[in-house]
Amino acid sequence: MDVKTGLFYLFAAVLLSASFRVITARNPVYAALYLVLAFFQASAIWLLLRAEFLAISLVLVYVGAVMVLFLFVVMMLDINVDSLRQGFWKHFPLAAAVGALIALEMAAVLMGGFRLGEAPRAVAAANSSNTLELGKLLYSEYLYPLEIAAVILLVAIIAAIALTLRTRKDSKYVDPADQVRVKARDRVRVVQMPVTRAAEPVVEAPAEAAATAAKENKA
Amino acid sequence: MTLTLGHFLSLGAMLFALSVIGIFLNRKNLIVLLMAIELMLLAVNMNFVAFSHFLGDMHGQIFVFFILTVAAAESAIGLALLVLLFRNKSNINVDELNSLKG
Repeated sequence: MDVKTGLFYLFAAVLLSASFRVITARNPVYAALYLVLAFFQASAIWLLLRAEFLAISLVLVYVGAVMVLFLFVVMMLDINVDSLRQGFWKHFPLAAAVGALIALEMAAVLMGGFRLGEAPRAVAAANSSNTLELGKLLYSEYLYPLEIAAVILLVAIIAAIALTLRTRKDSKYVDPADQVRVKARDRVRVVQMPVTRAAEPVVEAPAEAAATAAKENKA
Repeated sequence: MTLTLGHFLSLGAMLFALSVIGIFLNRKNLIVLLMAIELMLLAVNMNFVAFSHFLGDMHGQIFVFFILTVAAAESAIGLALLVLLFRNKSNINVDELNSLKG
């Protein structure tokens, strides 16, 4: 049993126990932190398999971005932890049965069909880097899938923002389209007026009407 | 005793079975359901990388790259939906998502 095998068993044991704690943790914050540990162990196992670029990008993408997002959401929502655990053991028999079924099926496939003792074939020449090989394939043969993946990420960004965007009802807000579309004559009206004008004649009629009204009141 | 393909495939199978158990157990908690889905994708990626190493074929690692992309998009949208759900119903219980039921 060489060093590599020992490291594999160590990483696999920590990975499985961490993922067991993820699905049984009481508090979602602990579940997220154990998931971070599981991703680190998986990244170490991928390093054993000489997939260096993917191991680093697993840590960067998952631990750096996705798990931080998970932690933010868990801490933002005010969840009652005790109500989450109701019915946990009620579902346990079904869960154990399905898990055992899957494990048996996988074991049957693995024991029966695969040549397990096969030695690894070299991916490339010994002195070439994994990132270089991956990049050559990605930017030649898989160029269109790469662009589609970029579009998927863009759609995800827009969907996540559009779903959670909330505008305040009482905020003062001016529509930019209206601001751009406005013309000067809508805002300022120039009125032509003569500079001087003659005084208007005094009208006598209101005074007479007031006098007659006063007489009627006295009567 | 050296490492064989079976070691890695068994590890992936155990990880997958654990996450299926997790999906059945955590029926009240949508966050842990999303985490179990992430673990499932990790198990699948483990198989892809193991096959890529033992068959000497780089195309498996390309697939893992795309699965990582799609998983990141999926978890971002899933968490946005989760926030929206909590805002409307004040809990994240999966069993109460029956508003569309006639």
